[in-house]
Amino acid sequence: MAGEESKEPLSDSSDECSDQEPTWIYYRDRPEWNDVVPVELNEGPFPVVSIAYSERFKDIFNYFRAIVLKNEISERAFELTSDALELNPANYTVWQYRRTVLKGLEKNIQKELSFVRRIIEDHPKNYQVWHHRRVLVEWSGDPSSELRLTEIVLAQDAKNYHAWQHRQWVLDTFKLFDHELEFVERLLEDDIRNNSAWNQRYFVVKQTSGFSEDIISRELTFSVNSIKKVCNNESAWNYLRGVLAHYTTGLNGHPVVEELCQFLDENNSESPYYFAFLVDRMEELMQSDASKRQVLLPKADGILQVLATKMDPIRREYWLFLSRYLNSQFAN
Amino acid sequence: MSGGGVGGYNSIPSGRIIAADEDVNDMEVKAAEEIEELIAKKETKDQVTSLSLTWSVTCPLLTQPLQRMCSSFMALFLLFLLLIIYHIKQKLKMSERDYSELETNHQFSVLSVPRIHLDVEGIPTVTSDEQVKVESTIEHLLENFLENHELDSTLPLLSRLQIVDFVKHGLSRLSTSYECLDASRTWVCYWNLHSLELLEASIPDETKEAVISFLNLCQSPTGGFGGGPFQYSHLAPTYAAVNALVILQSDVAYKIIDRPNLYHFLMSCRNEDGAFALHVGGEVDVRGTYCAVVVAKLTGIADQKLFSGTSEWILKCQTYEGGFAGTPNQEAHGGYTFCALAALTLLGQESKCNIRCLLRWASNRQMKFEGGFQGRTNKLVDGCYSFWQGALFPLLHFHLAKSDQYSEALDVERWLFNQEALQEYLLVCCQHPFGGLLDKPGRPRDFYHTCYGLSGLSIAQHVNGVVSGRTSVVGSPNNELALTHPVYNLGVNAVMRALNYFNSKPLRT
Repeated sequence: MAGEESKEPLSDSSDECSDQEPTWIYYRDRPEWNDVVPVELNEGPFPVVSIAYSERFKDIFNYFRAIVLKNEISERAFELTSDALELNPANYTVWQYRRTVLKGLEKNIQKELSFVRRIIEDHPKNYQVWHHRRVLVEWSGDPSSELRLTEIVLAQDAKNYHAWQHRQWVLDTFKLFDHELEFVERLLEDDIRNNSAWNQRYFVVKQTSGFSEDIISRELTFSVNSIKKVCNNESAWNYLRGVLAHYTTGLNGHPVVEELCQFLDENNSESPYYFAFLVDRMEELMQSDASKRQVLLPKADGILQVLATKMDPIRREYWLFLSRYLNSQFAN
Repeated sequence: MSGGGVGGYNSIPSGRIIAADEDVNDMEVKAAEEIEELIAKKETKDQVTSLSLTWSVTCPLLTQPLQRMCSSFMALFLLFLLLIIYHIKQKLKMSERDYSELETNHQFSVLSVPRIHLDVEGIPTVTSDEQVKVESTIEHLLENFLENHELDSTLPLLSRLQIVDFVKHGLSRLSTSYECLDASRTWVCYWNLHSLELLEASIPDETKEAVISFLNLCQSPTGGFGGGPFQYSHLAPTYAAVNALVILQSDVAYKIIDRPNLYHFLMSCRNEDGAFALHVGGEVDVRGTYCAVVVAKLTGIADQKLFSGTSEWILKCQTYEGGFAGTPNQEAHGGYTFCALAALTLLGQESKCNIRCLLRWASNRQMKFEGGFQGRTNKLVDGCYSFWQGALFPLLHFHLAKSDQYSEALDVERWLFNQEALQEYLLVCCQHPFGGLLDKPGRPRDFYHTCYGLSGLSIAQHVNGVVSGRTSVVGSPNNELALTHPVYNLGVNAVMRALNYFNSKPLRT
């Protein structure tokens, strides 16, 4: 998302100047670059979103612009892109140009995979680094490090969107689902509220066995056991509903679900997710069987009023909307 | 002196109150200086935040000027304190009762809805630990707010002038730490121009000219805009640049867009299946689709060839949870859901998705303690989702209003989320003491969160049905912002002007 891509700096003050590294030589002072005329940014007299670039930044990008303009494909151009990316790994132009140079020089993909891995470790929420990784894996056809890499990144942030996206792409492209359900279950044991892990579970089931009747029962049992432990975990309820969307009679009728409702009733569960689920069950019944409406409508309405006024008042407008809707559909 | 209700203040001689106001101004200045000293001493941001919010309560007790005032004012002040204690008790009780009796369209002077903490159910995990921490911070801020409110019932106040200063400054100069946004400078233009637009702050002509020249430098000869001059074109900075130009509301601005080449650029990003990569050789996700559709529609260059298959691809991104992901099978996420629904709406295909599921998911994204929105299930609140998630509601409303099934059930004066709670989160918890908005307390301010926080605030303040609508502004009436269009996130007048201009000039490729 724009926010993640455009992570703004933590402070408005200048960073400590990194120009003081003893080994750093400006490109403008390198004799082997004498033949290149650097291209300065000239944006006119009135500054607009004008960044106070450090000398090093200006120097590197003056030379990068020059290289791109003359379309130079060379080892020195390649090194220059490394320097540029260290300063701004979000510069997609540099990444795209680097790929052109990689291809042109037929450079070693394994080395490049190591290079981008290091940047991913420092910038795990950057779009460009993950895309670059994906392109490299597409070129090499070798996914052997990808599950391990994403596992490591997810160990630091179990919900990193880019890591999950990359992992899904690898699993699907190379059909590596064998141990993924185990992986998901481990993550859910660590944190049953990890919605990314629940989403991954759905993905694995969908792409492997699919939602056959047996699998539906298995997945419902898994979700129900989870709900019984942590009743107010929206992830588990969303998953339950997601699975039931594949079941022929919907929210009503599956024995595992009926048992869950009985259990929650007996235990006087006060979970808003459960109450909302009950309302949806009643809606389904009223939809399919007009004779049930007279009894169920006031019940559903009653639950919605409780949700709106006591149990989940922040969603009041939504609960009242549902109430008006059900009345308009099912009242005589 | 009577002790009951707000009316009790009426019996305090107004002369004394005026004197107190003058000293309050002195105290403001003194407090601001104290805060600046603290920052110079590198105290933590948390301290600063809580300090700035509690100064109005603590300063009368601490600063010198008060000691110089006459003793009868001290006596009145002590009575003041007793009233405060009484009122806080009343207000906390009030927050627990049933709100169905309250009207829905005026300034809420206290928390609009009871706040409910997460029930960890004896099974703490990383997710619940994080959530509990945030709720604790928010709880302190809300408590401070209630106390402050006793002294000043026009709170919460949107610090307009400070935000305008922050944003205007950012529109011209950025520090070295902004090197990380060197490939997103058109975004910084848009974020800041849109914030000014929402605050109805005037933009000087020279600024407009400078912005137009700058954006022109970012435009590629082969079409589209890059994040800065000499950068490859990318759909996101293209969207930002076009939006920024539209905000300027001038033919001069519109004319710099090279429409024929823009069309070619969009086509070069298009995949066979109708999805869009963010740039040539770049990643594919629903942001690309949104940026492409918006830019094409605004500049009047959309056609069947560009978007055939696009809505079908977007629909594949709806997940079992009801929201949309960045790519098919990924997790439902607020930013991507906004992009998906807005793009589908522009393509006229929003009815093809599962609207009920989407509505349920979107509604569940509002946090029952904080009042703001989270981006994904079981993640933390963030001020920017005030727009990404908040804007879903006008879009859903628009769709539901067109359907025979649901239109009767809609309330034409309310969105299907708690508008006041969102405003309270933004105004009480997301304002930086020096201006600008943020993700959540403890995070630094930035232009992105300022833009989307204000955009969400505007949506929460204004309900616009087809026929009627209602405005509901929390806090001071001066907090009211200009309207923002929920599809483009631009001022509605700016959108209309641009659409009129470009649609009268069909593209000849």
